[in-house]
Amino acid sequence: MNFSLARASLIAEADLVGIAGERAVCDPRGVLYFPEFRLLAVSDLHLEKGSSLARRGALIPPYDTGATLLRLQAVIADYQPSIVISLGDSFHDGGGAERMHASFRERLEALISGRDWFWVAGNHDPEAPADLPGETVSELAIGSLLFRHEPSKVRIEGEISGHLHPCARIVQRGRSVRRRCFAGDGGRMIMPAFGAYTGSLNVLDRAYAGLFRLETLMAYMLGADRIFAISRSMLRPG
Amino acid sequence: MNACRPKVSTAFGVTTCISEKALRSPFVPIFLGDCLSSRYLWHVTEQPRLAQQNATVTLPEPFIKWFGEKGWSPRAHQLELLARAQGGQSVLLIAPTGAGKTLAGFLPSLTELANRPRRKPGQAHRGIHTLYISPLKALAVDIERNLGKPVEEIGLPVIIETRTGDTPAHKRQRQKLVPPDILLTTPEQLALLIAAGDAGRFFEDLRYVVLDELHSLVTSKRGHLLALGLARLRSFVPGLQTIGLSATVAEPDELRRWLVSQNPPGDMAEMIVVTGGAKPEISILDSEERVPWAGHSARYATPEIYREIKRHKTTLLFVNTRSQAELLFQELWRVNEDTLPIALHHGSLDVAQRRRVEKAMGENALRAIVATSTLDLGIDWGDVDLVVHVGAPKGASRLAQRIGRANHRMDEPSKAILIPANRFEVLECRAALDANYLGAQDTPPLVNGGLDVLAQHILGCACGAPFRADDLFEEVRTAAPYASLDRPTFDRVIDFVATGGYALKNYERYARIRLNKDGLWRVSNPRVAQQYRLNVGTIIEVPALNVRYVQAGSKGAASRGGRVLGKIEEAFLETLTHGDTFMFAGKILRFEGIRENECFVSNAPGSDAKVPYYGGGKFPLSTYLAEQVRIMLDDPQRWKKLPEQVADWLRFQADKSVLPKRDDLLIETFPRGNRHYLVAYPFEGRLAHQTLGMLLTRRLDRAGARPLGFVATDYALAIWSLGDMGAMFKAGKPSLSALFDQDMLGDDLEAWLADSWLLKRTFRNCALISGLIEKRHPGQEKSGRQVTVSTDLIYDVLRSHEPDHILLQATRADAATGLLDVSRLGDMLSRIQGRIMHKNLEQISPLAVPIMLEIGKMPVNGEADETLLMDAATLVEEAMGPGMIEE
Repeated sequence: MNFSLARASLIAEADLVGIAGERAVCDPRGVLYFPEFRLLAVSDLHLEKGSSLARRGALIPPYDTGATLLRLQAVIADYQPSIVISLGDSFHDGGGAERMHASFRERLEALISGRDWFWVAGNHDPEAPADLPGETVSELAIGSLLFRHEPSKVRIEGEISGHLHPCARIVQRGRSVRRRCFAGDGGRMIMPAFGAYTGSLNVLDRAYAGLFRLETLMAYMLGADRIFAISRSMLRPG
Repeated sequence: MNACRPKVSTAFGVTTCISEKALRSPFVPIFLGDCLSSRYLWHVTEQPRLAQQNATVTLPEPFIKWFGEKGWSPRAHQLELLARAQGGQSVLLIAPTGAGKTLAGFLPSLTELANRPRRKPGQAHRGIHTLYISPLKALAVDIERNLGKPVEEIGLPVIIETRTGDTPAHKRQRQKLVPPDILLTTPEQLALLIAAGDAGRFFEDLRYVVLDELHSLVTSKRGHLLALGLARLRSFVPGLQTIGLSATVAEPDELRRWLVSQNPPGDMAEMIVVTGGAKPEISILDSEERVPWAGHSARYATPEIYREIKRHKTTLLFVNTRSQAELLFQELWRVNEDTLPIALHHGSLDVAQRRRVEKAMGENALRAIVATSTLDLGIDWGDVDLVVHVGAPKGASRLAQRIGRANHRMDEPSKAILIPANRFEVLECRAALDANYLGAQDTPPLVNGGLDVLAQHILGCACGAPFRADDLFEEVRTAAPYASLDRPTFDRVIDFVATGGYALKNYERYARIRLNKDGLWRVSNPRVAQQYRLNVGTIIEVPALNVRYVQAGSKGAASRGGRVLGKIEEAFLETLTHGDTFMFAGKILRFEGIRENECFVSNAPGSDAKVPYYGGGKFPLSTYLAEQVRIMLDDPQRWKKLPEQVADWLRFQADKSVLPKRDDLLIETFPRGNRHYLVAYPFEGRLAHQTLGMLLTRRLDRAGARPLGFVATDYALAIWSLGDMGAMFKAGKPSLSALFDQDMLGDDLEAWLADSWLLKRTFRNCALISGLIEKRHPGQEKSGRQVTVSTDLIYDVLRSHEPDHILLQATRADAATGLLDVSRLGDMLSRIQGRIMHKNLEQISPLAVPIMLEIGKMPVNGEADETLLMDAATLVEEAMGPGMIEE
């Protein structure tokens, strides 16, 4: 508790990123926090992706849900938000919540309890997760912000979305570094995927075409303990 | 007729003679004297069975006639091998190229097939009689051609066919119904055949397995898979005999055990050794130019190499890496005033291009070929009369094998020139040359079979037929690489194959194989077998893109359809931007962009081109050569054989600092600029030095030396820091012996390994081979990064939740002998106990110059990502001011 307060008071002006007039912390662990609303947004948890793939014969370690929840627990403990928005694709498939191990379900319920928790519907999980508290919504407006899973084709100022799993790549001294990132142009923001087994797609990929104002596009790349703000001119495809 | 008697020397060097009677055919008398028309020396190791001296050889009449018509006679080792095989034994034949190894290997099969009664119409088809397995598809094709000729001329009723990845499906189907007598194939195809439901029937008539280039097969995971496949074949056909064909190796007994069932443990195949005829004439280029301190291009020697090419009919130029091949090829064409036909050959080039070069070479249409290890193996070439080895050979055996490429008539001396690329390589070349004259061998020792390979094999067995765990365990242990496998580990691997083997038993319902009530393991559904067939094999390809020509400046899509030049690793292409130029396929190309799995390029004039970096392909210095180099440094008498400028360099070192004694480790410390440097000279190879560098920087950091970075070569290791390391060692804080204590291989290694990219890369290979995740196949690439789960992510999750999982165990075992070379580092640390020699200097020593020149040139892979990000972020801030982050 003490630590979380300390953390909250440590948010320096310079760390804040503006989105349509609202100010948010891009946390290097891949979550977005709006101090004014005490709101924490996290996207693309893809819980139970491991078991989803196992059904199709790839027996990858069944610990992804545990690992993702552990990281989520940590950021929630740090920021103590009163509102949590899970921005869609919270489960890798419709049966995910049902398959989840009882111990994980308990941990998730403990996180949800005592806060306003919103499940934004995603393409992987269009229905409400089975037997879990929290409200399922298709999109959610708070202040000048609009939270939805897929970025809309028609530009909406203040839109916060996920779905595309952005990452960015730079080349320095003949070496290439690729990291997950927040992608924002001051008006809209696409969040990185948070799940332990989630991959990523370069912000310069065709899938992002027309979404950003290119002259102000920044990639906020996730470092080990800080964010690196990189302008578009430095970014490389692939 | 029997002009001379064969000389047979025992393994103890005693020369004896085999009596003629001993090797005489009961049907047709053959006198070994005939075989010795050439000047071959051959010897046979003493075996109890040979001592009985009653081996007989049956060479059917048509063979005798054929040899007679050709004016040839069977060579002694060919008959010897035949005699042993006919006596029911498995045999290892060790012989240099040009000794008629292939015919020797097939003689037992051919003679037996010649005497076999013809199949009557209506009679069931017979299964495969002989299986030939080679590491290269091309080799199988080559053998089909070479073996087909004598079979036809002798008039044998023998059908020979190949089966490789390129064999069309209808032909494979037909082979299943009407099997050929001799099937030429690869280890992967054998694995597939074993995983088929009819494997038992397909192999029921199998008599012989001939294994070509065995020395190169056994050292890799392919060898592990093949050993397991052989064990399976032996359980189908208990009397199966194997014939291994190999170049000279350091530990032939390892190969002899590999060829036969290890039940009883330690059993060995018989061995026949043919020693090479004439001694090769090898020299080191004594250049008139200055030999550079560092670097690998050997550019200084280009005019001298060209002069030698002009002097000879056909020159084969070997280099260690594909980058060096590209560079040397460019350099040679720069000076090629006479436009001699000089070609390039390496594994990344388009197959059609490689075949053209091989064909031209066979027709003696080329004057020189620049090649990498793709040409190492025994494909027959034209009349090469000179081998030039550019760069140090890294191992004495490797050098011997490459030189063996020149001149396939083994009774004439091969001629070779070594071109060291820098001064340390001069020492290494000298050491290798002395070793080759001494006949020293330093092929790597065999390692225990990989558990990932075992997992793949177990699934393959289940796809073929239900199995009982007890039986399969016994069978697997008959394969030499798995002879020491224990039952609990085996059971864990079965568990892994079934459900992933996780402590959290979540996947029981998704099991791939299941234990039924009858005690047999079966595949759960047919889809498992399909999946298995797509993923069989142990060769992991590095992600690479096709390189395709387009018009300059084009954006790609509009001008598709240009020629494909070959494939380049994604990792290299990622460092390029539009307009960069680089060398590939002997051309200077302009990078136009990437579209899906193709890289578009156009012709570029320009001379300042980058050379593609290729992962792997760089062999570390062998332990044996390393020791020879240390011995040479310690013995000023031997410097006389070195070029004057190099000997001067060593004398200068003795004057300014000191030269290490043969078993000592020399450490120099000196200040330079505003930094302090530590240079160590272990000569243990780049991989071990890299690991040592990682561990030492951790320790120096703890000791407060504030290390900043390090760089490693095959010979030395340099670390630089802010703190004065020299003063710290003098004060014993820490002492050098504490710093280099063996305990660094404990916790420090564990802690560093955990996050190391090296381990992640190793894990990826294990995950793919074990079947945890599927290999990506061409055409499936489009699914994109966001869909597939990267093995790095799986690794992180598994390591934090189940660190002793069987796959992590396999990964650590691999890394210890592979990329990290921990075992070699361990040997070194124990060797130098109490033998560290510290020299605290005012300035850089002559011996330190080469490695100091490498600083800044070699990236320290994967460890400084954050710094790079910081640089990029800072650049942005500098350019736009810090306010940029705020809206």
